[in-house]
Amino acid sequence: MDPIKTKIQTRSKETRQEIWGQLLSYAAIILIVAVVCSIFMFVASKGLATFTKDHASLRDFLFTTDWSPTTMGKDGRPLVGALPMIAGSFGVTVLAVIFATPFALGTALYMTQLAGKHGQKLLQSVTELLVGIPSVVYGFIGLNVVVPFVREHFGGSGYGILSGAFVLFVMVLPTITSLTVDSLRAVPSHYQAASLALGATEWQTMYKVTLRAALPGILTAIVFGMARAFGEALAVQMVIGNATLMPHGLLTASSTLTSVLTMGIGNTVMGTVGNNALWSLALVLLLMSLLFNLVVKWIGRKGRI
Amino acid sequence: MDVGKYDLNDTEILQFDPQQTELALTTKDLQVYYGKNHAFYDGSLQFERYKITSLIGASGSGKSTFLRSLNRMNDGVARVTGQIWYRGLDVNSPQINVYQMRKQIGMVFQRPNPFSKSIRDNITFAVRENGIKEQKKLDEIVETSLKQAALWDEVKDDLNKSALSLSGGQQQRLCIARAIAMQPDILLMDEPASALDPISTLKVEETMMELKKNYTIIIVTHNMQQASRVSDYTAFFHLGHVIEYAQTKNIFTFPQKRATDDYVSGNFG
Repeated sequence: MDPIKTKIQTRSKETRQEIWGQLLSYAAIILIVAVVCSIFMFVASKGLATFTKDHASLRDFLFTTDWSPTTMGKDGRPLVGALPMIAGSFGVTVLAVIFATPFALGTALYMTQLAGKHGQKLLQSVTELLVGIPSVVYGFIGLNVVVPFVREHFGGSGYGILSGAFVLFVMVLPTITSLTVDSLRAVPSHYQAASLALGATEWQTMYKVTLRAALPGILTAIVFGMARAFGEALAVQMVIGNATLMPHGLLTASSTLTSVLTMGIGNTVMGTVGNNALWSLALVLLLMSLLFNLVVKWIGRKGRI
Repeated sequence: MDVGKYDLNDTEILQFDPQQTELALTTKDLQVYYGKNHAFYDGSLQFERYKITSLIGASGSGKSTFLRSLNRMNDGVARVTGQIWYRGLDVNSPQINVYQMRKQIGMVFQRPNPFSKSIRDNITFAVRENGIKEQKKLDEIVETSLKQAALWDEVKDDLNKSALSLSGGQQQRLCIARAIAMQPDILLMDEPASALDPISTLKVEETMMELKKNYTIIIVTHNMQQASRVSDYTAFFHLGHVIEYAQTKNIFTFPQKRATDDYVSGNFG
């Protein structure tokens, strides 16, 4: 028998490695998919129980403002009006991102287009540092600095959506900045060269060419910032006042989905209507983060050249 | 063949008589440094108006560096000393408004680099920034520059299409159209056809022949056939020196210097 012929027909170390590697990666994928699916299923089954088992109405949940799950309304259904929390969550998120985006854009433009090596390094480490600060520290600073500041300069008790937005502003700033930096760096330098060669100034080039080319990346950065703001619990909870009332302005005490969740989940008993209602809030959060992800995907597809 | 053994200071540079020839651009003692690295030595060249001048030479010979210095695209990248005379002004001096100067001395790059905008917006970008907003005037500019760049017939029905959907050759002609929309005096072209296929190259060359009626063109090229096809004058660059500058037909048929001879006959490079 020809030894080469035998060799190429039998399994060797390489084929076994190949199979083993494939098995490992498939196992990892299956595990991750299983974890994600079970999280969704778990939260969904708990969250939907409010409506199936406890007979709360979905319409009440989304559009009314009475949050008192353990008491029954006139129609015999539990009062699970989550609109105040939904409004609070959106309020702090949108405001924080509106505050943060201009600063993030400016910082990112400075870092990529204007700063020298040292400036870049310095700002890079500053933004990285901001990411690393634990949220309880942000909350604590918010409590001691932002709340009195808002009380003195804007009025009210100082607790409310505005304070939450200020704290979140600092927290989402590094997220938006660093993703914007990445997308600005990805703009091919020949775009800038072409623009400058046409006699455009640095500013015109930055504003009309570089920023435009990086726009999909910047939008993605903003959506990621929103996702971060929407999901933040502790720091917001410390400054927002935690009243499950419909916010009447930016300065009255209100609450977010996350703050009600963290405050309440330890004080309710598994399987009761109060507990299930909190799971419904968690389901809303989960669906929102799914939505943010889909938006990012969609922007990515739109922006591809 | 040992490339290093040519005498780099033994040069043959064509001199025009400014009384007889209209000059578009003149460089005098131009030197370029990248940090401590002296990349280009002592370039004193005159460029005749409404002619095409080729700059040829091997990679690293300094021809692109020289070209990019002419409209100050090397600002912030390299240090350029010496003078660049344009309309009686030294444009290599600090008080020059480089943005206005670049509108007169336009540039087309090696890789087609249209913006990710529509064909129309690519051309009107710089014109709008320059203050022209009137729609009729803009349409006129779009049409004439696309016609001059020999692209009009191919795109006239689809001006709102993304420029990035064009073929490489079309993109490059769009970049030429974009440059001439500003109605510059001089067009600098940095290997404009090296990323294109032969047919697109031919079209770009035809465009250049057409353009030289109204513009002075200085082109860097690796392609010696291209230099001999399109240009009136040719400068041969070697290791940061201009070795020989003459009428194109003389460079290719009777090179005066051994380095030029070896290069155009393919003995190196």
